[in-house]
Amino acid sequence: MPGLTKTFFIKARDFGHAGEASIRVQQILKSMHLDPALTRRIAVCSYEGEMNVVMHGADGQLVMTMGPDSLELDIRDGGPGIPDIELAMRPGWSTASDDQREMGFGAGMGLPNMKKNADGITIECPPGRGTRVRMRFHLKPEGGGP
Amino acid sequence: MKLADIVRKLDASVLAGSDRLGLEITRCGASDLMSDILASLADGSLLLTGLATLQTVRTASIAGVGAIVLVRGKTPPADVRELAATQGLPLISTPLSMFVACGRLHACGLTGLNGNR
Repeated sequence: MPGLTKTFFIKARDFGHAGEASIRVQQILKSMHLDPALTRRIAVCSYEGEMNVVMHGADGQLVMTMGPDSLELDIRDGGPGIPDIELAMRPGWSTASDDQREMGFGAGMGLPNMKKNADGITIECPPGRGTRVRMRFHLKPEGGGP
Repeated sequence: MKLADIVRKLDASVLAGSDRLGLEITRCGASDLMSDILASLADGSLLLTGLATLQTVRTASIAGVGAIVLVRGKTPPADVRELAATQGLPLISTPLSMFVACGRLHACGLTGLNGNR
């Protein structure tokens, strides 16, 4: 499969469009007839990551890169970052506002769900320089996965 | 159970996807928490929810939900109905409460997302 890179911009606090980038990612993968279970894992990770930028970050971007053996989602924003990554990875821990909870988010399951569905996840947030979450997925069955 | 039969059982009205009422449903999930829906294996299932927002439709699409039931007579804004139609996702609204809607479907033999009854 030839390499493919797609970049999507994510606007913070824009709930009218929140999730559209991930819907596009899902449409692209479906059109390539990628394995449905794998497509679902990638789409869920993309959406959780996108919603994190919308809710907690500042404007950012999502870059999907597809190589012959793997796919990477690289989600970056210029927000305040994550003060305590270990705490953020703990299921149930959330800093979401009441408004965001009323929309069904903020259950503290975003990062744990991304970790569960990706074959690899790296989170970087150097002080004052936003957050970067990279997730990798094996495209070949022998690569394994959850 | 066909979606058309579910519409009748729930005294529901169809807001989007009336061309997909032949869809066969066996599993149901009921939640207002988008994270719960994303964390479970919802492929082809019925989602019952009291949340009638754009995010409900997008979350359902991402999770692979087969159809959405809005409980307590929720009538969503036009953009929510339009998004469901664009996504090819049937959207129906029932005047029943979440409890009664779930009870009726359970009595018809539908199971939870993991197949349990």
